[in-house]
Amino acid sequence: MNRRNFLSLASAGIVAAASPVNCRTAAAEGHPEAAGVLHDSTLCIGCRSCEAACQSVNAAVLPKPENYRIPEKPFYDRSVLAAKRRTDFQRFTVVNRYDVENRRPVHRKFQCNHCMEPACASACFVKALYKTPEGPVLYRPELCVGCRYCMVACPFYVPTYDYGNAWNPLIYKCTMCAPRLASGELPGCVSQCPEKALIFGKRSELLKIARDRVREFPEKYVKHIYGEHEAGGTCWLYLSPVPHKLLDQPEVGNEPVSRLTSGILESAGTTAGILSVLLGAVCFFGRRRRNGAAEIDGAGASGGEAHKGVFQSGKEGGQ
Amino acid sequence: MTSGRTNGQGLKGHVRKNGLIFIILLVGLGLTLLRFTCGIGAVTNLSDRNPWGFWMAFDLLCGIAVSAGGFAVASAYYIFGFKQFHVYVRAALTTAFLGYFFEVIALLYEVGQPWRLVYPFFLSQGTTSVLFLVGLCVALYLTVLSCELLPALFERLDRKKAWETAVRLAAPLAVIGAVVAVVHQSSLGSLYLIVPSKMHPLWYSRFMPLFFLLSSLFAGLSMVVVEGRLAHKFMRGFMDDRHARDADRAVLACGRGAYLFMLGYFVIRCMELAAGGNLRYLFSGYGVWFLLELVGGVALPAFMYFIGVRSGRLRLIQRAAIIAVLGVMLNRFNVGLVAFNYNLPPAERYFPSWMEVAISVFLVTLLVIAYRCICSGVPILRTHENYGEEIREKSPARGSKSNSSDVKR
Ligand code: SF4
Ligand code: SF4
Repeated sequence: MNRRNFLSLASAGIVAAASPVNCRTAAAEGHPEAAGVLHDSTLCIGCRSCEAACQSVNAAVLPKPENYRIPEKPFYDRSVLAAKRRTDFQRFTVVNRYDVENRRPVHRKFQCNHCMEPACASACFVKALYKTPEGPVLYRPELCVGCRYCMVACPFYVPTYDYGNAWNPLIYKCTMCAPRLASGELPGCVSQCPEKALIFGKRSELLKIARDRVREFPEKYVKHIYGEHEAGGTCWLYLSPVPHKLLDQPEVGNEPVSRLTSGILESAGTTAGILSVLLGAVCFFGRRRRNGAAEIDGAGASGGEAHKGVFQSGKEGGQ
Repeated sequence: MTSGRTNGQGLKGHVRKNGLIFIILLVGLGLTLLRFTCGIGAVTNLSDRNPWGFWMAFDLLCGIAVSAGGFAVASAYYIFGFKQFHVYVRAALTTAFLGYFFEVIALLYEVGQPWRLVYPFFLSQGTTSVLFLVGLCVALYLTVLSCELLPALFERLDRKKAWETAVRLAAPLAVIGAVVAVVHQSSLGSLYLIVPSKMHPLWYSRFMPLFFLLSSLFAGLSMVVVEGRLAHKFMRGFMDDRHARDADRAVLACGRGAYLFMLGYFVIRCMELAAGGNLRYLFSGYGVWFLLELVGGVALPAFMYFIGVRSGRLRLIQRAAIIAVLGVMLNRFNVGLVAFNYNLPPAERYFPSWMEVAISVFLVTLLVIAYRCICSGVPILRTHENYGEEIREKSPARGSKSNSSDVKR
């Protein structure tokens, strides 16, 4: 092993540590059977029926502290739409109203998008969050440590936390009503939507429906199905008459962000391996040179002069 | 041996003499109680959009960055054989140990269910998570650091046999420690790779792991200098003359090392700025702030280091070290708090509550007290009277006696 070899190994290690990691996770096509929901905001009237349904379906899961404040106003009261609300640990979904110029207001439903390659699941260091092949991204509360890295990672700001709970604070987010799906029912919100603004189905079929609508009524929709490609694709899809940005739907790029870090452990292992060989060799040969080859095991009682020659003089010269 | 008593007096006398510290401890204990009975929400301004706040930025990102001195100095000394660092090895390792130890303590406040912190290791390994890697490194490095400090402990306990073994292990441990620390420092940068859409493009870069690693190296070396200065001022009593004398050369060496790393860091960051097409952002509020971080926090202290090392002006090096440490802390705050979530409306941005800051101050105070106690009891800043000669004879990484007297000059 000569010095040049070490140098090239070293740079390989640094590059491995620094560059985004090659991906081994499933592509968006990895869950062909995934179910999803299509929200057509041209049909949505902001009646909040979905919110009410979500609340009653999930009553057993949602925490009920003393200061339980949901519903802060009854679910038929639409005056709450005046303010922008978001989900929190007491509600998995909200509908917001967006006043857009020169047209009637647009309503948009907000909940977990159930990404095809969820950032939250890849970020969780105990696998408390995980993607199911059926579509939903689910949560195992008994594992959660409460690091909140999933909240950091989610590009849509979805997971919420019960900050006021000292003993069993947990992450709360929409489950796409996975238990209901398992027993053949529709998700709560979908089942109660009076306007058919929410459609449940296989993601691939929903995409077809959405594309057909956009093709058939180009004057009604913008040419963009939010969720088709966002963050690698999401199970929830959105049609809108106005650019999605106006509906607080962030531009998150099309690459699944989980791919940026999901292989980090492998690359860290490689880096660590290369680095330990490298440093070990420097340490070993350095000392050999310093102490003289014969005394390598002699605890270096003498031979300091040789050492000085190598390590001191060069350094001191610069002073 | 009277160090046992000194130890106790050190702590008590400390508290009695210093009212401010007493208040900090009192408030800290109260807030700790509040945190663990009423939840994180009772003491922090964290929210659903801002899940990580001051604790993450200060206790973890800054704390670990400045703790890098431990592995930087240990590698320079044990692996690369730069003997000038000798006096700082134990001090830096002790600081690193305490830094990591208090990071774990801070984590107990930070995560929602700290009693589950062992889950990722034993119950369910989230191997796709950077945080898993971070946790692994913390656990590993803390173990390595405690082993690296064993010689000092055995000197204190006067266990010669054990001490000899521990000293022999110093070099291999330094190698393992360096590897783990390098992975750890860079993985802290990797933590934020997953938020490309949430972080300001001036800070978000796929090279963040490299940035974090390089900046931790000079932050660590600078911190060693700052600490050395503080120890000289306030803990001269725990120091022997040799330590005090040799410190000057170590300061120069740290300055030179830090300067080189800063140069590399500065150049790479500038290149990344230009290559990433982010120059246009420089003409905004964030741009000015970014320049402050890069010029004021890196270029300026690097220049001061350069002049200081050239002309041997220790004072200048020490000032540069302070600025460099602050500069890296500014960088960590910018990544963790300023650049993160930059596109949220102002009303939804995060600002720490006084209680979060107070708890961090409380933890830092505990750390300083612990450091004092350790230095008073264990030979960190001095050579043990019965082992001083042996160190030079037996320790494999050190040369002969004649050599170390050379080093002093
Ligand atoms: S929207 Fe957020 S919380 Fe939902 S699956 Fe995607 S990353 Fe996870
Ligand atoms: S808060 Fe819980 S679910 Fe979220 S990443 Fe941490 S351990 Fe996983």
